[in-house]
Amino acid sequence: MTSAATGYGSPPNPDIDVDIEKKASLSRAVDVGFVRLTLALAGFAGIILIWVILQTTEAALPAIQQFGLGFLVTTRWNPVENIYGVLPQIYGSLVTSLVALIFAIPLGIGTAIFLTEGFAPKWVTAPIGFAVELIVAIPSVVLGLWGIFVLIPAVRPIFRAINQTLGWIPFLGGPAPRGPSLLIVAVVLGIMISPIIISITRSTFESLPRSLKEGALALGATRWETLLTVMIPAGLSGIVSSIMLALGRALGETMVAAMLSGNANRINISLMQPGSTITGLIASQFGEAGRLQVSALMYAGVVLMVLTLLVNIVAEIIIRKFQNLEQ
Amino acid sequence: MRTLLSAFSLTALTVGFLTATSAQAQTVQISGAGATFAAPLLQRWFDAYNRTVDPTVQVSYQSVGSGAGLEQVINGTVDFGASEAPFSGARLESFRAKYGYDPLQLPLAGGAIEFAYNLPGIEDGELILKRKTYCGIVTGEITRWDDIRIKAENPGIANKLPPLDITWVHRSDGSGTTFVFTNHIRTVCPNWTAGAGTSVEWPVGIGAQGNEGVAATIKQEPGAIGYVNQSYAKLEKMATARLENKAGNIVEFSTEAATSALDAPIPDDFALLVPDPEGPNDYPIVGLFWVMLYREYPDQQKLTKLVEALKWTQGPEGQAITKELDYIPMPEAVIQRIFAELDSITVNPNAVR
Repeated sequence: MTSAATGYGSPPNPDIDVDIEKKASLSRAVDVGFVRLTLALAGFAGIILIWVILQTTEAALPAIQQFGLGFLVTTRWNPVENIYGVLPQIYGSLVTSLVALIFAIPLGIGTAIFLTEGFAPKWVTAPIGFAVELIVAIPSVVLGLWGIFVLIPAVRPIFRAINQTLGWIPFLGGPAPRGPSLLIVAVVLGIMISPIIISITRSTFESLPRSLKEGALALGATRWETLLTVMIPAGLSGIVSSIMLALGRALGETMVAAMLSGNANRINISLMQPGSTITGLIASQFGEAGRLQVSALMYAGVVLMVLTLLVNIVAEIIIRKFQNLEQ
Repeated sequence: MRTLLSAFSLTALTVGFLTATSAQAQTVQISGAGATFAAPLLQRWFDAYNRTVDPTVQVSYQSVGSGAGLEQVINGTVDFGASEAPFSGARLESFRAKYGYDPLQLPLAGGAIEFAYNLPGIEDGELILKRKTYCGIVTGEITRWDDIRIKAENPGIANKLPPLDITWVHRSDGSGTTFVFTNHIRTVCPNWTAGAGTSVEWPVGIGAQGNEGVAATIKQEPGAIGYVNQSYAKLEKMATARLENKAGNIVEFSTEAATSALDAPIPDDFALLVPDPEGPNDYPIVGLFWVMLYREYPDQQKLTKLVEALKWTQGPEGQAITKELDYIPMPEAVIQRIFAELDSITVNPNAVR
């Protein structure tokens, strides 16, 4: 390019022209360099992801060869006879995460609305918003201990009463609830993931154009109508992506599941009974595992990665649908 | 003045640097990894050794679990490993294939396992469990505390046994404690089908993370019973049951009863498992932990220091710590054999790692 410019042009003052070209090529080099740097950084993230997946899959290979897809539908986990299957754990992971969402979605969206829609003065909302962000900073092992020593003794009588009166509902049935259960895991997970929903939903609402809300109010809509028919639909893609992020976090959470699920290798339709999750299984058994057992645990890890990937794909599809709706 | 000052500070620096390097040169760093069960004892032993005997020996022990510890021994990333289950199966073959000899496994101490329970109104040691009964509890055949079979064995407290469901609490994490316990259960319970291992497929019950998780679950749940290391039961002041041994006697845990249970003929590779001790007063559920060593070390100084430290753990000071932490010390005859094996380790600069 440079040679072409100097060759064909007949500049009145060649010195100045060369100077400008130098500057231009320098800034262009910086531009190109910057683009390449960001490309390298972005590629690096992708390489690490692929590397982790490859390594995990390689470690899982003996188990994949031995158990195949039957691993996904087998309910036994017997390290003595080396028979492995993760159906109870897949069930436990999905159920605890979904029930956690049932707790976290109303809590999260409600809190975000309260914090952004001017229901309370700044000096009330600011500390609450700060506290919400601090929940994220609590280590999950601390939440697990809190679950064992505080939450379980506190909710046990409530769970027992629910079990006695509403035990005819399969989800709440079974023998009188003991301490650890899938429901306890779901409750603590709900507490852990609601800050994600709150903060993303909150910034979504804050980033919506003021004119939307003002327009609705000017047209005579009540506060309720503005909220339900204008604000929430307009922010839907942000809300949905916050929910999907929270779901991913819940699927991957380990310590809380290992400490509170009861780690029972059974599929129980009742949430009040002990169960186990993929992450809890891996965390519990990795240290003392035999060779094939380690491989089976890696396979379980691969299953979880695929599950999370599916969740993300579904999330992407849903978000696109809603974005179309908005436009 | 200025030159004097800088000369002075330079000298100080040099002296400090020299002392630092010479201390560095003397310090021997020994690393180990393995069983969590052994961790409190090993850490206490080597801490005391460092403080009172030889400050130049620093042993760091990572309690990552027996399985992970054995893998590190095979990979040669540690100087020793510790495990409650002897080397076996694929791991033993890997070790042989890489090093060309069998690992040196030396038992340094034993432990006992107790049934800890939470029964309102029933104190420590009041509950008696015969073999058939505790087999029934772990297999799920006996589900109630007011079961006629439990009442029949406990005439003294038959009226106090509560009308509660039995909640069986087991470890959810892989654990040598579980290995020792299931090794006993497999031997004495005809209806037990899950075998023995560091984690097994439990027919009933809820799993809790670690000794502390089991202890917390038992304490919170009236009607719960589970197995914990004896030292942990004592630490947490848990109510524990008296058990029937092979001879048919009802025994309570005591260091003597456990030591005599471990006083069995130990095989050449030290891989002693006592699933069901036979002596009339033996405590029935006992196990050992081993340190796993190489038969060749590349570094003479490190080998000497390691052997000295390990011998010290079996001497009077080391055994005092063993007893203080409620582990079971090894009998004298075994210690003599351990010393002989330690002396047989050789230095080979080209040793495989």
